[in-house]
Amino acid sequence: MEIGLPHLLFVSTALFFIGVYGFLTRRNMITMLMAVELMLNAVNINFVAFNKYLWGGKLDGVFFTIFIIAIAAAETAVAIAIIIHIYRDHSNIDVEDADSLKF
Amino acid sequence: MEVRDIIFYLIATLILVSGALAVSSRQIFRSAIYLLFGMIGIAGLYFWLQFEFIAAVQIVVYVGGIVVLIIFSIFLTHRVGSDLPEPTYRRSLFAGLASLFAFVLFWKVIKRNEFYADQPMGELSVRRIGEEMLNYNQGGFVLPFEVVSILLLAAMIGCIVIAMKTNPEKI
Repeated sequence: MEIGLPHLLFVSTALFFIGVYGFLTRRNMITMLMAVELMLNAVNINFVAFNKYLWGGKLDGVFFTIFIIAIAAAETAVAIAIIIHIYRDHSNIDVEDADSLKF
Repeated sequence: MEVRDIIFYLIATLILVSGALAVSSRQIFRSAIYLLFGMIGIAGLYFWLQFEFIAAVQIVVYVGGIVVLIIFSIFLTHRVGSDLPEPTYRRSLFAGLASLFAFVLFWKVIKRNEFYADQPMGELSVRRIGEEMLNYNQGGFVLPFEVVSILLLAAMIGCIVIAMKTNPEKI
């Protein structure tokens, strides 16, 4: 069987749900951020695969991937700034302990 | 089975195994290193699809930027050698079941669907990407390009302001 779109979709779907599992089980902010990065990468694989196999005349999937990578970099930088700030106040980064804004 | 297929299966195994280890390892530094290998595997997948430009962007931004940033923040916030707490049995059971069932559902939908190719992919040169990126006619990408540049500036200023040490006596 020739390798085509379904193989790539299998990889990206599996990677996405691995990220979902990590996001649901981890309670540490940095590891949750890593799970989110895995999910974003699965989405990128999807965009690139659809662009390659179904919509070759245009470059929309490629551009979505490039913009997602740029926005993910910005998001990670802001998230890590917030995490370091929380660590200064609470001296750990467990999501259960960061409840100062809870009413 | 051709060499191309074997390389695909190797890359897919690398991505999935290191992704699974990255979300399940009990040592946070190790899970960052597994994430690094997963990102390298995804860059290899882009090379396999002959999207060399995106593979280069992936290596530069993810492997060289985001993972290094995550490792730095691990060093700033964790004692090296201490393990993460084990998740409760209940939580890992339900999270595993939820993601497994969702995966099976999605995979069934993908298997039932038939994909029709619109047209084959032409050669993807960096010149074509650049011309399309700054194209301001119908379907061009110059507006998102400018919006992303402003977003990056805003994120940079925001990071500096948030992570700056505030001196409570001066306020």
